[in-house]
Amino acid sequence: MATQFTRMLAGRNTAVMLASLGAGTLATGYLFSDSTAAAERRMLYPPSADFPDLRKHNNCMAASLTPAIYARLRDKATPSSWTLDQCIQTGVDNPGHPFIKTVGMVAGDEETYEVFSEIFDPVIKDRHHGYDPRTMKHPTDLDSSKITSGVFDERYVLSSRVRTGRSIRGLSLPPACSRAERREVERVAVMALSGLQGDLAGRYYSLGEMTEREQQQLIDEHFLFDKPVSPLLTSAGMARDWPDARGIWHNNQKNFLIWINEEDHTRIISMEKGGNMKRVFERFCRGLKQVEQLIQERGWEFMWNERLGYILTCPSNLGTGLRAGVHVRLPNLSKDPRFSKILENLRLQKRGTGGVDTAATGDTFDISNNDRLGKSEVELVQLVVDGVNYLIDCEKRLERGQDIKIPSPIAQFRR
Amino acid sequence: MAKNCHNDYKMKFSGDEEYPDLSLHNNHMAKVLTRDIYQKLRGKSTPSGFTLDDIIQTGVDNPGHPFIMTVGCVAGDEESYEVFKDLLDPIISDRHGGYKPTDKHKTDLNFENLKGGDDLDPNYVLSSRVRTGRSIKGFTLPPHNSRGERRTIQKLSIEALATLSGEFKGKYYPLDGMTDAEQDQLINDHFLFDKPVSPLLTCAGMARDWPDARGIWHNESKTFLVWVNEEDHLRVISMQQGGNMKEVFRRFCTGLLKIEETFKKHNHGFMWNEHLGYVLTCPSNLGTGLRGGVHVKLPKLSTHAKFEEILTRLRLQKRGTGGVDTASVGGVFDISNADRLGSSEVDQVQLVVDGVKLMVAMEKKLEKSESIDDMIPAQK
Repeated sequence: MATQFTRMLAGRNTAVMLASLGAGTLATGYLFSDSTAAAERRMLYPPSADFPDLRKHNNCMAASLTPAIYARLRDKATPSSWTLDQCIQTGVDNPGHPFIKTVGMVAGDEETYEVFSEIFDPVIKDRHHGYDPRTMKHPTDLDSSKITSGVFDERYVLSSRVRTGRSIRGLSLPPACSRAERREVERVAVMALSGLQGDLAGRYYSLGEMTEREQQQLIDEHFLFDKPVSPLLTSAGMARDWPDARGIWHNNQKNFLIWINEEDHTRIISMEKGGNMKRVFERFCRGLKQVEQLIQERGWEFMWNERLGYILTCPSNLGTGLRAGVHVRLPNLSKDPRFSKILENLRLQKRGTGGVDTAATGDTFDISNNDRLGKSEVELVQLVVDGVNYLIDCEKRLERGQDIKIPSPIAQFRR
Repeated sequence: MAKNCHNDYKMKFSGDEEYPDLSLHNNHMAKVLTRDIYQKLRGKSTPSGFTLDDIIQTGVDNPGHPFIMTVGCVAGDEESYEVFKDLLDPIISDRHGGYKPTDKHKTDLNFENLKGGDDLDPNYVLSSRVRTGRSIKGFTLPPHNSRGERRTIQKLSIEALATLSGEFKGKYYPLDGMTDAEQDQLINDHFLFDKPVSPLLTCAGMARDWPDARGIWHNESKTFLVWVNEEDHLRVISMQQGGNMKEVFRRFCTGLLKIEETFKKHNHGFMWNEHLGYVLTCPSNLGTGLRGGVHVKLPKLSTHAKFEEILTRLRLQKRGTGGVDTASVGGVFDISNADRLGSSEVDQVQLVVDGVKLMVAMEKKLEKSESIDDMIPAQK
């Protein structure tokens, strides 16, 4: 309906305009309207009454949130009324694990990172190995032609994959979005994807409407995502209204895949069997650029700024939001006591082949970049390419009975 | 908590755009919530900021079960039942046997009005229990309350319970402060409640900040137990082995009234009104919020063709001995009142007492291979 669309347009334009004005405009945030009920409640319950008990907690939020910061931020809100308590709920509800340090907070919209920067900035610094949003700039580079030596030995590398996320500016993020907003994200994304052609042409499968046969097909291909069960996500409100406005899009060749309204507005995945990471990344960049162009034609854009790069729900995915990785066989190297140190110096991480928090099966590992923020997409993919080539070289040496060396550590940020 | 500004932000979308997809749903909320009602109520908010979307979220997220009809909505505060009456009144009517918006609910916690109940055969009736919930006036409810409110509720509860004496003298165990030994003991006594895992509750926001300000209080003889800040502000339970329901109910009423006195002294009485009785988080617990029941051995009667009908006529329901949604083990059933709203505490416990007495008599007849046809009761 025209009226509703105009209203939608107005809302989006306002948000886009506000966002482009930069951090300063929104840094002060919006204080709750001073109705009597609100003022009374604030008197009855000063911030100290509401400060969470974080004594048993081990996450980035708990490490940085002091009573003083909480007191200054508790009564603020973003323009769409997202509050600090809502940001931190997941971290309060999930104390964490002695060995795994989770982030413990999420954003409800783009402005969250400005209005609550007093807590988000230290958390970002903690999670992203010292990246300081107050002083540093994040580089974006999606020129895949710059990648060198990006084709791996397929006797070792079984598959290659690059993923990232993108948020649509002007619409709230998964923890906060209403059903209407979520449906709008779906509409915008699906409309853009339907404009892809050639090797990128594909189709959309709505989670709520797919047939049983389609569902089984997507499961067999390992494409189907299910309702989140992790309390890290459910406590953040990301599973609300499931499966409304959630879906999967993939191209006919099944090597370019988009998840809609799961943990982020969109998750974009490029992948294929074998070791041609260069081609995977080329398709990734091409697809991303085309999708961006298609949404821009209709007046939309992705959330991005030069301080934090691409804005996503979880602070851990800021910057590039990029995880580039391979499934690689390393039977000898994985048994070498120097394996972990080599990975660490190469700024790589290992996971089991089931993804995060799984164990490796046999000698095959998921190896990917550790960093997300402070280095560009090209830099991170090149880092993975160089690193995996190094690992394969080590593997070959050990096969031949030769010795290997721990490489010197790679520099943290470009300076 | 201020007026719900986020709701104002959502108003820029149309009601149609926001209306939930309930096509696969089977719960009371989905049956009642039309687009018109959604449109009418979506702009409203209680003074503490609870909105229609907050009320229905659990019902949207949990489509339900083809055989079990859940309620699908919760209240965030006392005012929810007033501000959103256009949705909640029909749901209450549907759930509570046609209860009308103009009906009045009777409260009767005078245990002396209960007839009998002290002679249920302990060879059949293994244990007796009465539970209810109470909400403290002036605070929002578990789906909505802040940490500050929840902590104040705990503080007031501890104070109130500490004034109890005699048979009610007891101790409070905060969930986040108990020793391992205390925890083991509470588990062995079957007293310890754990963080809710049911999505019906978690989707309604009731597990937030767990275990902050949650705890269990019980008296020394372990026959009177209070849960603080679980699904309701307070859940009060009186129980013991054997069939003396009269004694269980006496202790229940006496303890409840003592606790209420203390809360009133602090100007925080219980939420109650003459239409809905005691106001609790889930509409299914309005009225008395009372579930009075026994664990009773009915191996023969439970396999009789007319068992379900007998229960319906007696206004009773059966559950397994693990509680709601569990199966019976060894012919032992949990039998309790089905009603909550529209009849008093005494009425409901009377139904349990009379009904169980009758069913035990039927069981004995069936043991002797005699017919029970002339014992089948009329609809109560």
